[in-house]
Amino acid sequence: MDKQSLDGSCPSGFPAAQGLYDPGNEHDACGVGFICNLHGKRSHDIIHHALEILVRLTHRGAAGADPLTGDGAGILLQIPHNFYKRECMKLGIDLPGSKEYGTGLVFLPRDEAQRQQCKAILEESIASEGQKLLGWRQVPTNNQTIGKTAKASEPNIWQVFVGRGQGATDERSFDRKLYIIRKVAENRIFKSDLPARDDFYVPTLTCRIIIYKGLLLPEQMEDYYPDLLDPEFESALALVHQRYSTNTFPAWKLAQPFHVLCHNGEINTVKGNCNWMNARQGLFKSELFGENIQKLFPIIQPGLSDSACLDQAVELLYHTGRSLPHVMMMLIPEAWQNHKTMSPEKKAFYEYHSCLMEPWDGPASIPFTDGSCLGAILDRNGLRPSRYLVTKDGYVIMGSETGIMDVDPANVAYKGRLEPGRMFLVDMEAGRIVSDEEIKREIATQQPYGQWLEENLLDLGDLAEQPAVPYAAETVVDRQRLFGYTMEDQSHILTPMATTGMEVSGSMGIDTPLAALSETPQLLYNYFKQLFAQVTNPPLDAIREELVTSVLTNIGAEQDLFAETPLHCRQLKLEQPILTNQAMATIKCLDQPGLKTTCLPIVYPVASGAAGLEAALEELCARASQAVQDGYTILVLSDRQADRGHAPIPALLATAAVHHHLIRKLQRTSCGLVVESGEPREVHHFCLLFGYGAGAVNPYMAYETIQDMLDQGMIKDIDSESAEHNFIKAINKGLLKTMSKMGISTLHSYRGAQIFEAIGLKTSVVDRFFSGTASRIEGIDLTGIANEAEARHRKAFPARKIPKNLALEVGGAYKWRRNGEDHLLNPEAVALLQESVRTDNVERYRQFATLINEGGRSIKTLRGMFTFRLDRPAVPLHDVEPWTQIIRRFKTGAMSYGSISQEAHETLAIAMNRVGGKSNSGEGGEDAERFRPDANGDLRRSAIKQVASGRFGVTSNYLTNADEIQIKMAQGAKPGEGGQLPGHKVKPWIAKTRNSTPYVTLISPPPHHDIYSIEDLAQLIHDLKNANPEARINVKLVSEVGVGTVAAGVSKGKADVVLISGYDGGTGASPQSSIKHAGLPWELGLAETQQTLVLNNLRDRIRVECDGKLLTGRDVAVAALLGAEEFGFATAPLMAMGCIMMRVCHLNTCPVGIATQDPELRKKFAGKPEYVINYLRFVAEELREIMASLGYRSLDEMVGEVQRLEVKEAVEHWKAMGLDFSKILCKPEMEPEVGRYQTTIQDHGLSAALDHQLIEEAQPALKHGQKVVINTELRNVHRTVGAMLSHEISKRFGQDGLPEDSITINGHGSAGQSFGAFATYGITFIVKGDANDYFGKGLSGAKLIIRPPESSTFKPEENILVGNVAFYGAVTGQAFIRGLAGERFCVRNSGVEAVVEGVGDHGCEYMTGGRVVILGGTGRNFAAGMSGGIAYVFDQAGDFIQNRCNPDMVDFDPLEPGDVAYLRRMIKAHEKYTGSTVAKDILEHWQDSLRKIVKVVPIDYKRALALLADEAKTGE
Amino acid sequence: MGKPTGFKEYKRQAPVERPVEERIQDYREVYEPFSDQKLQEQAARCMNCGVPFCHLGCPLGNIIPEWNDLVYKGLWKQAWQVLSATNNFPEFTGRICPAPCEESCVLGINEPAVTIENIEKTIIEHAFQAGWVVPEPPEQRTGKRVAVVGSGPAGLAAADQLNRAGHSVTVFERADRIGGLLRYGIPDFKLEKHVIDRRLAVMAAEGITFKTGAAIGTDVSAQTLREFDAVVLAIGSTTGRDLPVLGRDLDGIHFAMEFLPQQNREVAGDQVEAKISAAGKHVVVIGGGDTGSDCVGTSIRQGCKSVVNFELFPPPPRMRPAHQPWPYWPMRLRTSSSHREADQDPRHYALLTKEFLGNGRQVTAVRTVNVEFNRERKTGNATMDEVAGTMKEWQADLVLLALGFVGPERDNVIRELGVDIDARGTILVDRNYQTSVEKVFAAGDCRRGQSLIVWAISEGREAARCVDRFLMGESDLPTKGPDDMPRR
Repeated sequence: MDKQSLDGSCPSGFPAAQGLYDPGNEHDACGVGFICNLHGKRSHDIIHHALEILVRLTHRGAAGADPLTGDGAGILLQIPHNFYKRECMKLGIDLPGSKEYGTGLVFLPRDEAQRQQCKAILEESIASEGQKLLGWRQVPTNNQTIGKTAKASEPNIWQVFVGRGQGATDERSFDRKLYIIRKVAENRIFKSDLPARDDFYVPTLTCRIIIYKGLLLPEQMEDYYPDLLDPEFESALALVHQRYSTNTFPAWKLAQPFHVLCHNGEINTVKGNCNWMNARQGLFKSELFGENIQKLFPIIQPGLSDSACLDQAVELLYHTGRSLPHVMMMLIPEAWQNHKTMSPEKKAFYEYHSCLMEPWDGPASIPFTDGSCLGAILDRNGLRPSRYLVTKDGYVIMGSETGIMDVDPANVAYKGRLEPGRMFLVDMEAGRIVSDEEIKREIATQQPYGQWLEENLLDLGDLAEQPAVPYAAETVVDRQRLFGYTMEDQSHILTPMATTGMEVSGSMGIDTPLAALSETPQLLYNYFKQLFAQVTNPPLDAIREELVTSVLTNIGAEQDLFAETPLHCRQLKLEQPILTNQAMATIKCLDQPGLKTTCLPIVYPVASGAAGLEAALEELCARASQAVQDGYTILVLSDRQADRGHAPIPALLATAAVHHHLIRKLQRTSCGLVVESGEPREVHHFCLLFGYGAGAVNPYMAYETIQDMLDQGMIKDIDSESAEHNFIKAINKGLLKTMSKMGISTLHSYRGAQIFEAIGLKTSVVDRFFSGTASRIEGIDLTGIANEAEARHRKAFPARKIPKNLALEVGGAYKWRRNGEDHLLNPEAVALLQESVRTDNVERYRQFATLINEGGRSIKTLRGMFTFRLDRPAVPLHDVEPWTQIIRRFKTGAMSYGSISQEAHETLAIAMNRVGGKSNSGEGGEDAERFRPDANGDLRRSAIKQVASGRFGVTSNYLTNADEIQIKMAQGAKPGEGGQLPGHKVKPWIAKTRNSTPYVTLISPPPHHDIYSIEDLAQLIHDLKNANPEARINVKLVSEVGVGTVAAGVSKGKADVVLISGYDGGTGASPQSSIKHAGLPWELGLAETQQTLVLNNLRDRIRVECDGKLLTGRDVAVAALLGAEEFGFATAPLMAMGCIMMRVCHLNTCPVGIATQDPELRKKFAGKPEYVINYLRFVAEELREIMASLGYRSLDEMVGEVQRLEVKEAVEHWKAMGLDFSKILCKPEMEPEVGRYQTTIQDHGLSAALDHQLIEEAQPALKHGQKVVINTELRNVHRTVGAMLSHEISKRFGQDGLPEDSITINGHGSAGQSFGAFATYGITFIVKGDANDYFGKGLSGAKLIIRPPESSTFKPEENILVGNVAFYGAVTGQAFIRGLAGERFCVRNSGVEAVVEGVGDHGCEYMTGGRVVILGGTGRNFAAGMSGGIAYVFDQAGDFIQNRCNPDMVDFDPLEPGDVAYLRRMIKAHEKYTGSTVAKDILEHWQDSLRKIVKVVPIDYKRALALLADEAKTGE
Repeated sequence: MGKPTGFKEYKRQAPVERPVEERIQDYREVYEPFSDQKLQEQAARCMNCGVPFCHLGCPLGNIIPEWNDLVYKGLWKQAWQVLSATNNFPEFTGRICPAPCEESCVLGINEPAVTIENIEKTIIEHAFQAGWVVPEPPEQRTGKRVAVVGSGPAGLAAADQLNRAGHSVTVFERADRIGGLLRYGIPDFKLEKHVIDRRLAVMAAEGITFKTGAAIGTDVSAQTLREFDAVVLAIGSTTGRDLPVLGRDLDGIHFAMEFLPQQNREVAGDQVEAKISAAGKHVVVIGGGDTGSDCVGTSIRQGCKSVVNFELFPPPPRMRPAHQPWPYWPMRLRTSSSHREADQDPRHYALLTKEFLGNGRQVTAVRTVNVEFNRERKTGNATMDEVAGTMKEWQADLVLLALGFVGPERDNVIRELGVDIDARGTILVDRNYQTSVEKVFAAGDCRRGQSLIVWAISEGREAARCVDRFLMGESDLPTKGPDDMPRR
């Protein structure tokens, strides 16, 4: 969750922004739960239960460096009238009847005088709204058990009572008055100069509900607030929240619940949402708030978390008179655009509301209440777990997990889960649960939304097309130059898009200078880097989960949010946002009521330089404002008028300038922006234009260039219409991909969301035109921007035209060109490095290092700007720790066997094992043969085993054979994206290590499907630690703004190592725009990480590693001083083995046998372990010399000693001169006892694991192979049961484990998360009860059986038994589930056979092997990305194929005799193990049943099986 | 771009030489034609490297991957345009360049390199055939006048570039024809002269004035030169290295540059008086470089009785030596077409010429001794030691000295303008190719010392850019960019 720090403010308790630390980056996540009485019956017991629920969710929260200070917990209850009446009586306050008064806790400054001032302001506010202050009650609190940190920031807690006064005719209007009172007081105090103003906070003020919360651990709640223990304190509902924050800073007010809701998840688009929301203030006309609605502004208070922002939006909309469910549907709509079966009314409702506002997009499980109804909603993608249970005696219990409250199985009426996009509502007045369908039907039919749309929403496709501006072939080159086109743009960017409809891929990272350091004029776009989701929220898969994404776009004016009229949807609808020239012309001609276009030129007189540019921008903004006033609803920003005298204003600058100007003027929502520019041509360009407010873009020069290439024959075999169509398709795909990196699914919410960081732009420029964007090292200002525009203009209109000059410059950004963009790894550097390692020639290495370190002609990296401060006596070189010691901190990069050849992979492993460094398996398993030493003593085993999102070959045995396990959250080349190994590359030897079928495509999803949030990562860390307690757990992150905060969360999540990867490393294949434009240099991420960890006092318990084009000892020294203690190398070791930076790793044509599986090319591999060792030794020796000169004897001494770095003087480059590195070179001032490098070991809490008991009891099996049976109770707090036991088995028996049923474990109760994770051969689990998420994750051979307890009476086949993401990455084993499973059942399964009685959405996603028998219904998008294995679906309803299955990759085949036999065997087994009546029924009506079974088999899989059969026949 | 698997599918194929018996009968080019289609396959071998070392290896900075790709796709015209942007005379370098680009071709690490030079030649020949190479005079003239002294590859390149920039260029050549070394130093069987004429016609039509028979100091005064806004000296490195041993003054001993031009004149149709001919003679060529090899080929064509070629240093290795790894330029054994034309390999290595023997007036033999190169123990300096008992006499009627060149002649324009000479004997310039004399620039062998044609063109181009900037304050003339492949 991002705090909004638009104005730099931050919640109290947080350190101010310093160095690279910005409180605005803080995130949190959590566990949520509620309990209520269906009939609204109040009781004290409910509170008791709710507090128990809170305690059972403890593992979803966290504590900081101070173990007694929690991250925050809270409880929301109905106002206990009797209790307060009694208490007030004691104080002499005479409370009127229930609901006749409002009350709420108020957090106040501890300082008496300031407290009084705050109270006075609140009282004034009460009076001015015509309500009555009844009195104040000091809330009893007991801070004896709370932590030191919490105590230090503890507010003074009072309770205010307000009597109903004038204008408050009913509860609703009274609540509205109370809302105004609160807002007004908050705004006044927030804007005051009270030093302790941040301590003022009103958790809630209503006549229905009350919230108690604080910086507490769950078990501290009742001690701290004795009110809660009073038997007279009664409520019919209780909503609890347990927070996990990425920091350790005390922030009482960030504890949840908030005023109407609590939120588990993260709003990815919050920056845009807040901007838009506040911009809408200009349209508010409501009478509900009296004359002066402005007293409520800003609607969204800055400085709060995304959840708090959402809460503020919900509150406002609630007070417009909408019901809470209606508000929730507006803010968090279902994925309606591509929904096949949604009713037209509901679709119309969503489409209509899409004209009112954009979705708040991101993972979200949100319980909400107004005191009488209690509901919950889940995001469109179902990314948070929400399980509920209804008891026969009338209680509803819902939470992030099942098992959070002990309920007698006999008392369970039914169990369910919240499904993606669905809502759940308990109407306590009516005493019933209202179904999603019913709630939404009712709301969707409130107004004739469909008719309104019909009459008002204009579809661009329905308008008469206007002729496009004609294309002038003879001047195309001039205009290409004007917009900085290069030959590379033609061949590398446009040609692939125009011919294939896809963006081109590249490999081997990026080694060109940052735009801010480049000597060549840069487009403004290059000064921005894309942000991406990592850990705190998941990226999406826009390809396989297309159903939740949309590029549909509306442009035009919005209306007042307080009303709903037909006019509200008077907008222009575009199927997609990239306009053809015809469409552009059509829009320019629009002149209808409510839809009128005007065109604003974005050019400036080039001769007038920066002043002229500035003046032009000012005029542009003024004209935009005027146009809005004049009633124009679509503004076209066009650079078509650029000519000899006028240069185009960079389109991004113009767009962002107008966007922010109109936001400030509260005019932004009155118009849409369309950009007509010759500039944009890359995906990244379009992303930026949309990200800063454009609604649609017409890239006319891209079209002209494509046309020109067609005319010249440079693009062949395609007509111009298709080429243009392909280009648009490619851009849209790229847009979706970029959005999905941040977990954003609709362009509508991406628009204006500003998911970028600027690098190399002056704050003055950013604050003015790109407000709210991070820019941390300063850089060029408008003068610089004008200089670069002028340079391009000069090329287009040179003083003299010189014949034979290249029409366009060569480029060289992607591949080195002598006269193009500079590269770190130029031919000389590559040649020197190779010569040095082959001939063991340190002199050549020094030449190489000099070239890299001094940058050759120009400085290319941030570290290149630094120099060492030699202000301490040097030490003799022989006193410095030896290279053999240093090299133990060196690692080679994660490159999978598959991406590189066996020869290369093993050479790296051998090299690293010889010298005690660590090589990394990369994603994709490892042949167990490599775990044993070779005859000559060499070991080919990778010390680091990677766990990536595909989980290929991640078994108990694989994990057991690791010294370190790395969770890859992101990779430098393509952070936020998944990967795909196409079937033809999955050679049999690759398939073997990946536990998959040869020739079957392997997809790594963008997110880890067990990590949608920070507390999920903590869970995976816990899983892996259980799977191998001796291995260090390493979490790999990629540098971006806020990565330090994520690293703090990772440290709190008990990782042993956190790796900060630079964007420029990354050897993997990836779309070009990702390589170039996503992520940041490691210098920024590493420095931010060090600063944040130190500020949080979390540094001493985690090691920090750094990688990303580390090439020399100097690079390592800089990294160490910035805070790293371990170092990764990938590019350079590859070069040492012979890589010559072909950058064709993705084409399988590596001519030196490294990045290829082609047997012919592999023969050319000429690398040797010695070369790699030589290289690393050279690096270590160079490092030692630097250490000696700096006066350090060991690396630990220099970690984080950033004051030993200073900025190079005498840097001549005009752009580099504007950079400011003070934030990177900042060292937080802390107490001396705060560690700056790792000195202590994380407490992983393994001692509490149930597995210790299991291992103990399993000794006869482990030692003597005797069968054992173990009985045990299971609770949700027992997590990852079975992993450590499996580790013990793998250690002794290897991959094959024990014989079937060697260890049988009978469990009773609710199994915690990751039950049976990585459980190996020989284990059989029989669970009577239910289970949470990640059931059978990474299953490695065990058998899992789960069924309801005998005493339960509900129908299991209609009730949820197993949570989300079961059998993720499972490898082999069997499972029988007597009931339903949640979302993403068997995701990325490669071999497990499972029987289940129904599953949620995205079943069998990315599956590559195994067989799944589903004896019931499935959710939507079944079999997306499924490339292998078989699923059998018992399709009772008969709509599976049509509505629920994603047919992109699968066929529906008839059952063959083999299938029938298999099904019979499995269903029989299911009946035997679980007593399933479903199975019994099916078997009894066997022939009938068979007719209803759909066999789902991937096309790829069939092809592969046929190929294998062929190979077997021919003996190949 | 290109064909990713081309290098796997096609083997290297270069044009084949015409049969020796046939080609030694004439002075026409030694290579058979090469079909466009086969050439496209060869271009497909280019791997479109992420780091194209060839592009650094080429002293002109030819953008080789780009035109390889265009040729592969059959886009000859665009290929020609890209090629022409960095190389004024691909028809020269495509024939007579030792192709350092191919030595640094990435494919060369473990396969035979791409036939870059032949692709270059074919592109430009294709362009001439298609009629694309037509005069393209600049749209505007700057009014500035530039004199270029010398019409070898450096002078022509400089003239061409300066003319494109809009300056009025006059080229002064002391010989009777334009072309310098290209015209009179290189035999026709390597570069037929109509190839030069064809180019000169275009340049003249583009507005360059060529003055032949215009030696500075004699035919043209230094003052005339000084009246130009800028002067570029591209007078070559034409002072041959002599071999002052006993008997050097005997008849029948000539510098190669006395011998080769005569043949070229004859091929061009001139009457050559007192021609030095190898016909019927035993010929000894001293010096194992390209000029030596040209003397061998010419001698054979003239009908010599025998020909041998001496080289002081031992034979270089056949393969790359370890200290000159890929992608550096390797000193390795290179065999020219001329060497293959003799009955047996004419080359003899590690031979020190001790004396010319004669019958009083005419040389009759050459006396040599074998040498070895050693390192002095103490100082580590290389020494050359004669091998005892290896004295040998070689029959010789004609001795041709091809020992290289020591620098530009100093008694002409250098003296007239008073430009400074550096310690190496070449014209001293600053980083902008400017000499010690105001507005006088120098480029090519006269500045660099004897070198390759490709270097001469490169120098001419880079110097032209500096001249343009000198004249106009800025220049849009292209540059190859900084840095060249270092030498090992």
